[in-house]
Amino acid sequence: MTEGGALLAHLVGFVRLLRRAGLPVGPAETLAAAEALAQVGLAERDIVHAALRATLVHRREHFELFDHAFALWWRHPEAAALPAGPTEAGKPPPAARRVQEALAAERPGSSPQTEDAPPQAEAALAASEFERLQRMDFEAMGAAEIAEAKRQIARLVLPLDDRPTRRFRPDSRGPRVDLRRTLRTALRGGGDILALARIRRRRRPPPLVALCDISGSMARYAQILLHFLHALANRRARVSVFLFGTRLTNVTRALLKRDAEVAFEMVARILPDWSGGTRIGDSLATFNRLWARRVLAQGAIVLLITDGLDRAGAEGVAAAAARLRRSCRRLIWLNPLLRFAGFQPKSQGARALLPHVHEHRPVHNLASLKELVDSLSGRAEPQRRAA
Amino acid sequence: MPLPRNVAETEALLSAHGYVADRALATTVFLALRMGRPLFLEGEPGTGKTEIAKVLAAALPRRLVRLQCYDGLDIAAAAYEWDHARQLMAIRLAEAAGTAEDRAHLEHDIYDRKYLLERPLLSALAGSPAVLLIDELDRADEPFEAYLLEVLADFQITVPELGTIRAETPPVVVITSNRTREVHDAIRRRCLYHWVGYPDAARERAILATRAPGLPERLSDQVVAFVQRLRQGEWFKLPGVAETIDWAQALMALDARELNPDLVDATLGVLMKYEDDLAKLRGAEAARLVAEARGG
Repeated sequence: MTEGGALLAHLVGFVRLLRRAGLPVGPAETLAAAEALAQVGLAERDIVHAALRATLVHRREHFELFDHAFALWWRHPEAAALPAGPTEAGKPPPAARRVQEALAAERPGSSPQTEDAPPQAEAALAASEFERLQRMDFEAMGAAEIAEAKRQIARLVLPLDDRPTRRFRPDSRGPRVDLRRTLRTALRGGGDILALARIRRRRRPPPLVALCDISGSMARYAQILLHFLHALANRRARVSVFLFGTRLTNVTRALLKRDAEVAFEMVARILPDWSGGTRIGDSLATFNRLWARRVLAQGAIVLLITDGLDRAGAEGVAAAAARLRRSCRRLIWLNPLLRFAGFQPKSQGARALLPHVHEHRPVHNLASLKELVDSLSGRAEPQRRAA
Repeated sequence: MPLPRNVAETEALLSAHGYVADRALATTVFLALRMGRPLFLEGEPGTGKTEIAKVLAAALPRRLVRLQCYDGLDIAAAAYEWDHARQLMAIRLAEAAGTAEDRAHLEHDIYDRKYLLERPLLSALAGSPAVLLIDELDRADEPFEAYLLEVLADFQITVPELGTIRAETPPVVVITSNRTREVHDAIRRRCLYHWVGYPDAARERAILATRAPGLPERLSDQVVAFVQRLRQGEWFKLPGVAETIDWAQALMALDARELNPDLVDATLGVLMKYEDDLAKLRGAEAARLVAEARGG
């Protein structure tokens, strides 16, 4: 019994260590781990390691952190059990980052209808000024105008480009008969008239994946586009956001913070290269290899936001874009340079990209964002600029 | 047959049925059996996740109940469905016999167990002890996950018209995912988690010895060395163990004794399934890997 008690104390110390490192380990996991240790004993390190990992960790991304903590605990169980001490201050940044990711992991229940801005702001904005703001380039905006644009973006009604699913919901005018419900009501009613209970296919929006270029040439748009992506990620289910410059970074979890400023702070912390050069080909290839299979299932739409200026001379862009097009339902290229009436895809990157996208659209002001939103919701049939 | 008593016995049991498991996987399987928890296996395609369930079913021995997941999988396809045609027929017969007037009795009669069609989940709970394989859960959608959570919590299914059906012997549950979508935390927390990675060279040779018997040892060494080196590279899709086994069998069918560049070029389609990858590998790159595999 005392032996078991000592074991449990050690285990609790280990769990505390894991939590300090940022792993989401709760009491249920701890109990499962205790049960597992009782089953396998403590004789063999490999087995103890596997038993604890199977019960305390639920995703592969946490394995590395767990393995470090385990190695520490196995050697010095007492040291690991100490409460947060002076070592805490010297905690390496990646672990801190994990802690924050873990904090951001739980997405608050979505309530897309809540309006956060008071309606008088809209009334205060004169129609002409509103019009001007809509046409104004993000590039030419001052701080106050950016603030106003942000408020507008927050109010954009985000698209529900519904696709039929294989699920049904009751609908009195639906095309199919729900035999189970029909039979049940018929028996309950007791009459001879059989009222048919009908159903219709449920519809829901497809997943959305945004790949946003944040390299030097795109930096002036990045701020406002991030706001757009933040609003998108928080208003709609199944949105993934990736930023790329020379490297590709998944910022979805960070962007899922309701508060935009907190979200951007976290994004900035996990980004390796803000406003560096662009490697579109590399970034797209990385996305194809590591993420496409994980986020593009179930008919996803991809928004590729870039000006097509590639430092690596468009190396691999065409091949990666072609692959990307084949893996998603619709590939939409949002290009801030497209605002110029006579825009020709002169840069090698743009020329490599253009044949492979389904749509090529401008994003440089609020009006173009609104058009995009309309296009995503299937309201305006988009003009197809590319084959 | 009783459950294995320790990790070593689990390892022996799995290998006796042709599955070469590493220590961590054997430990996790052992714990899943002892603690009565579902086993949640994630990993790249072709690394033997589904195979675990089949081997467990053969080894324990229990019947294997397989539920292949897909988008829109609902209760009617996953758990149970009323046989409406036969129910309607029963009503007509009752009318013909003049016994349809007693409504309560009729209702009781037509919601009888014999009109309930068992689908995999119910079948795994209701019949003799089973191994329940829930394959590729990432393909199902969130509503199904939520329903599954309910079933896995108590190993029971409630049919509103009939009552609650509870498993006498809880099934051994194996859930697999290829990560085309993140499976929700709530499911993960119910389960014991294991990531099935690519095996190291020694284990892959052992797998070939059991799954491709008759493969010359020299060729087996070269095949494994080639595939292991191939996995170091950046490919769109890395070959899994299933591909290694297929390739070994293909080479045997061609009576190969040793790897050579021509042979590899001719059979690459067994190993790599994407044209981009094939174009990059065919020729010089394949020849380089063959040379390394033969040298090593």
